[in-house]
Amino acid sequence: MKIVVCVKQVPDTAGGVKFKADGTLDRAAMLTIMNPDDKAGLEAALRIKDEIGATVVAVTMGLPKAEEVLREAMAMGADEGILVTDRVLGGADTWATSTTLAGAIRAIPDYDLIITGRQAIDGDTAQVGPQISEHLNLPVISYAEDLKVEGDSVIVKRQYDDRYHMVKAQMPCLVTALAELNKPRYMTPGGIFDAYDTEITVMNRKDLVDVEDKNLGLVGSPTQIARASDKVRKGAGEVVNLDPAESVAYIMGKLKEKHVI
Amino acid sequence: MGLEQYKGVYVYAQQVDNEISGIAFELLGEANKLAKDLDTDVTAVLVGCDVAPLVDQLAAYGADKVIVVDDPELKEYRTEPYTHALASVINEFKPDIMLVGATAIGRDLGPRVSARVQTGLTADCTILEIGEFKARGDKEPRKGQLLMTRPAFGGNTIATIACPNHRPQMATVRPGVMQAQEPVEGATCEVINYNPGFTPDNKYVEILEIVKNVNEVVDIMDAKILVSGGRGVGSAENFAMLQDLADVIGGTVSCSRAVVDNGWMPKDLQVGQTGKTVRPNVYFAIGISGAIQHTAGMEESEIIIAINKDETAPIFDVADYGIVGDLNKIVPALTEALKAALA
Repeated sequence: MKIVVCVKQVPDTAGGVKFKADGTLDRAAMLTIMNPDDKAGLEAALRIKDEIGATVVAVTMGLPKAEEVLREAMAMGADEGILVTDRVLGGADTWATSTTLAGAIRAIPDYDLIITGRQAIDGDTAQVGPQISEHLNLPVISYAEDLKVEGDSVIVKRQYDDRYHMVKAQMPCLVTALAELNKPRYMTPGGIFDAYDTEITVMNRKDLVDVEDKNLGLVGSPTQIARASDKVRKGAGEVVNLDPAESVAYIMGKLKEKHVI
Repeated sequence: MGLEQYKGVYVYAQQVDNEISGIAFELLGEANKLAKDLDTDVTAVLVGCDVAPLVDQLAAYGADKVIVVDDPELKEYRTEPYTHALASVINEFKPDIMLVGATAIGRDLGPRVSARVQTGLTADCTILEIGEFKARGDKEPRKGQLLMTRPAFGGNTIATIACPNHRPQMATVRPGVMQAQEPVEGATCEVINYNPGFTPDNKYVEILEIVKNVNEVVDIMDAKILVSGGRGVGSAENFAMLQDLADVIGGTVSCSRAVVDNGWMPKDLQVGQTGKTVRPNVYFAIGISGAIQHTAGMEESEIIIAINKDETAPIFDVADYGIVGDLNKIVPALTEALKAALA
């Protein structure tokens, strides 16, 4: 079987966040990691590979620098890496990102399963996975806590707010992985060597299948940024030094004022 | 069809087990504010099986209209039939704005629907407002646009997003942020039954088993009110005092790292850099000094109330309301006062 795993190179949020003049993120100026949910998705794919055998194809969309995240995926055990990169794809919102990745996945022959992370730590939207599945007209199971392959189906433990569902879907289908799914393996030294010996496939705009220009990049993004800014750290509020009864009255007053009670 | 033909503020009225989720009422409250600014009305979209009895509640919380999509295929939430239901309603009734809760359901349904009806979606919004927006390529700003504000980068940045050229303008909204209206008993509304027809195919996944959480393993990241204790609480036994407060106010107990290191509380209740990042509506920091490693995990909280006997404790630098005093006296008295007030 063939498993496509979408991985994203994300800024390490501990390193600080920078913007370009147009309000979009200046990704080039930040340190990067493989998005944690995606890494769990990759690990899930590699475990299926270990257990029943599979070809694992890691796909990423980004600047040429995003090749690094594919090398990491291959050093962990992915068989192939595909970098989708083109100037015209830049500035994409989730919609235009999903049309791009769907276009890239259509160019991959005979895949059975697509795994994406639930969400990336830069945008936190959780939208791209379900949107890809819609463009490809595939079933989607989001928020996977557990995943196994049984014959031509996947069985997924799908997390909800107060319960989980055991869900069965026929492949091909798309699953979005939670970081809780597993503990991703480390890269191995041999894996790192092999990863740098393996050719990475680069896809440009022209390689995307069945996508119109109007659905790509900044131009193809329905949402537009009105303004963006770093969060201003909030300052100290009021501090009071009262006797216990007055302190309680003070807190009760604030809870009422703020409609908490 | 022109964008101006899309009208009204629509809310996806999430129900689970034929019980309306709190987020639906919060969305109706917010939708009423937006509708007032746009001089339009509020429609709730109710999707499920045998859900007609829930309509009155939606009316009570401010729906002018309810569109009911009722079908046996909609008994449990599954992405495809629910997407078909909501996308069909959008295509048929053409809302200007469509709001969905950013729940484990809404964050699956929203993106799939937005992709199907080909519009933008802004995730996890915390502020919605109607205002002007100058779209790319426009010379003049357009009036009456939905401006959707959301945190990103784990709360490090705030972005305001518009969707000028596509309709509906869609947003998922974080639970616990918007205010529900006071319900009006006996309120009525227009009810429209609409069934687009459901034909199962491979996208109708099979649910093998449903397991509800029995022993309420609460995730402190989902809690709307956290009663958090630090080293100053003094012992594992003293956490009972915090639990009492949490029980009365409908909150959850969490703690700082020192508490976990002392073995007073389990690790999954720990807030901070090496624990969890939380953003409740109210965060009580009780006997927590407020080291940067702790505040990094809670400073996004809507309201921070700190109780500490040391007036130089750094927690007072991030608290909205700081109380210098003895937690052993204040906490039990506060619990009693809340009991009396909420009785």
